[in-house]
Amino acid sequence: MSSLKISQPDELIRISYETPKTAWMDTPTVFRPGTWSYAAAPKNLSYLGLPNPRQWQPSDEDWKLPDNWRQIIIDGMKERLEKYRSFRLFMDICVRCGACADKCHFYIGTGDPKNMPVLRAELIRSVYRRYFTTVGRCFGALAGARDLTIDVLKEWFYYFYQCTECRRCSVFCPYGIDQAEITMIGRELLNLVGCNINWVIEPVANCYRTGNHLGIQPGGIKDMLEFLAEDIFDRTGVKVNVPINKKGADILFVAPSGDYFADPGTYTCMGYLMLFHEIGLDYTFSTYASEGGNFGLFASHDLMKSINYKIYAEPRRLGVRWILGGECGHMWRVVHQYMDTMNGPADFLEEPVSPITGTLFENARSTKMVHITEFTADLIRNGKLNLDPRRNDHIKLTFHDSCNPARAMGLFEEPRYIIRNTCNNFYEMAEDTIREKTFCCGAGAGLGNDENIEMRMRGGMPRAMAVRDVVKKHGVNRLGCICAIDRATLTTLMDYWVPGVNVMGVHELLGNALVMKGENERTTDLRGEPLEGC
Amino acid sequence: MQEVKQRITILTSFLAIAAIAMLAAAIAASKTAGIVLTMVVAYIVFAVFLIGFVYRIIRWAISPVPFRIPTTCGQEKSLPWIKANPLECPFGNLGVIGRMAGEIFLFRSLFRNSKAELVNGRPVYGSSKWLWFFGLMFHVSLLLVILRHLRFFTEPVVPFVGALSSLDGFLEIGIPTLYMTDTALVAGLIFLFMRRVLVPQLRYLSLFTDYFALLLIASVAVTGISMRHFFPVDLNEIKTMTMGWVTFTPVVPGKTGILFYMHLCFVMVLIAWLPFSKLMHMGGIFLSPTRNMANNNRARRHVNPWNAPVRVRTYKEYEEEFREQMIEAGIPVESTGPGEAEKDKQD
Repeated sequence: MSSLKISQPDELIRISYETPKTAWMDTPTVFRPGTWSYAAAPKNLSYLGLPNPRQWQPSDEDWKLPDNWRQIIIDGMKERLEKYRSFRLFMDICVRCGACADKCHFYIGTGDPKNMPVLRAELIRSVYRRYFTTVGRCFGALAGARDLTIDVLKEWFYYFYQCTECRRCSVFCPYGIDQAEITMIGRELLNLVGCNINWVIEPVANCYRTGNHLGIQPGGIKDMLEFLAEDIFDRTGVKVNVPINKKGADILFVAPSGDYFADPGTYTCMGYLMLFHEIGLDYTFSTYASEGGNFGLFASHDLMKSINYKIYAEPRRLGVRWILGGECGHMWRVVHQYMDTMNGPADFLEEPVSPITGTLFENARSTKMVHITEFTADLIRNGKLNLDPRRNDHIKLTFHDSCNPARAMGLFEEPRYIIRNTCNNFYEMAEDTIREKTFCCGAGAGLGNDENIEMRMRGGMPRAMAVRDVVKKHGVNRLGCICAIDRATLTTLMDYWVPGVNVMGVHELLGNALVMKGENERTTDLRGEPLEGC
Repeated sequence: MQEVKQRITILTSFLAIAAIAMLAAAIAASKTAGIVLTMVVAYIVFAVFLIGFVYRIIRWAISPVPFRIPTTCGQEKSLPWIKANPLECPFGNLGVIGRMAGEIFLFRSLFRNSKAELVNGRPVYGSSKWLWFFGLMFHVSLLLVILRHLRFFTEPVVPFVGALSSLDGFLEIGIPTLYMTDTALVAGLIFLFMRRVLVPQLRYLSLFTDYFALLLIASVAVTGISMRHFFPVDLNEIKTMTMGWVTFTPVVPGKTGILFYMHLCFVMVLIAWLPFSKLMHMGGIFLSPTRNMANNNRARRHVNPWNAPVRVRTYKEYEEEFREQMIEAGIPVESTGPGEAEKDKQD
């Protein structure tokens, strides 16, 4: 649906923060084109064995729900209240102070009060009060409780798929209430009655079957990686190897599939390949574990666990020592905060030690998976790489902290250390928009589809405007990031709000600067663009 | 429409306060009611509070924490030469304690508050510390006021209460001396209430309980301050009553007046309602998993007590489906013949 009309930026930016004429419980949800995502195709639900596969769209009047849908949701809530302290606590302790309200990029971009994290949570909290608290049962609306109706369910769908689980609100909440947690549970509940979006469920189904979200089969993966190796040869004259499913390698490398599938992620992937070649790393890709990302995170804990399974099953089969992970945001949320708990312990792997520097990555001694920026920063620090940052002199870079590495890992300095060693022109964006306060790209959590384009541009607006400021101030022309979704979606976002800014991964920057043994003199960067002074 | 509804909500909360006040006046007028209130209801209220509070805390505490999900607000501990931030991104228990202390005593996260506005077609983020300032002032004052009240519940009065009271009144304005915390408490309440009423977005999301909680605490404060400064009551009578509660030999106080009964009723409603209300955040904050967990996920395995089994796709099943093209592409395979995965399933 690329024909979808979206207003010009100067029109879209006229956002009204005035509250609606009707109270929020009386304001109906309107599925306006451009602000929601298509329903999951029944074949994908069937493949994954998920409930209620059927043809439907959120804009339909009849959602074709099972007759007992209300009971299913209430039971689902009960189960989750008993399984997650976070859920129960976050239902109970909010005082509606409103500190989170204008921290959400979707609220800033739409002015819709139901996009204030506090009110997004009240959508479900009101139902919690009605069915699970004495006060709510007795006093109803006076206690902020309401019945679960079909309109409420539709409202949940609209707004829980208008949250990118970026956790910015939880940084500002005095109790650390995390809307991502509430959205995750909310989406899980919707999944129980078959209300999910295709842009999440299809990648999950693909990943289950082929090992990656894009559904690329083993032959295709090999082709793509070898194609990138040829490109590297063209640019540098160096032939790099692409080991695939190699048993007994030291390290299994897992990247987001976006990195070997499409520009500009491919340039980042070329950076990985060049780096591994240059340091002589004994590693392997896997076609079975060919996806670092995990769209299960955006559907349910069970699906997350299900497709994360391969990330441990494959290194066990291949007999590697430990796992190295590429640049990807939500992938690292799963790897860092869920994987070991869900599918560990990884006692068949060794504590990760860099074979080049001998550094033990103590912070990953249990999970046994190291972030590539940690790995590369250590290489640079130990003087193992010959870098010529002048080769990036045509780039004026700013850096976007991806939500998950920022707010679920605290990975701030590692990428910046690589940037400072590979690029002479680096400018930070405004303090309120970086590090733990970073703004989402507007399309995480499975919302980066075409039909949702207006909402993506609105949600990404705060990020884009912060980029525009450094463009005006410093002439920035490149936006760096460590996330595959970013590389795909920020490109669209920049084209809309800040034309002329391209998006790149940190390891593309590294690939440009990396002086390789036996290389030809470089005249272009990895994209084939001429270097400054050539 | 929404304006009318909002006004009704605010009005209702005032009416609820008025109802309690009237009830208190009625109780003050009736000797029997006074006896029931001070000798029976007082204990019931206290029991409801204690049991309710403990129940809520236990309910949260026994709910499992399946995943370690801290929100990191600073640099992680990774390579030794990268300076980690132990408070905003704690790696160990000490850091977590520090982080929690910051949250509980200084409202660290609220201190980050900013205000986003569109100026000339771009969002700008201004500093906005007022909520933090008045919020903290309100909470600290409330705590100190409660501590000062210990003089009614201990005999001899615990020593720090005297010191606290003289410190609190060191400005020595008026007779009896005006307590700073009383002033700050009321100022904080006025700010929090007016903010809710005047900021349209906040008014839009506020519920009856939000107004009611503030008004109820304000009513307690105003009646208390009035008794100190404008309509003095016989403190000996009150202390006799409170010590009677503490020593489980309740006595009915002599002449104390309507104001005292109002104060007492507001306090009792507050205490009895607290476990069922959002005011439970005072206990909940300690248990928030995004704040009270260390960000050492990859170094120490966190165990999920209910780790549920899920359907997975094994490598064998995968190879079974794609073996031919893997062989064709020269990708190593485990087995060259079909059927093994099938056999595996049957086993």
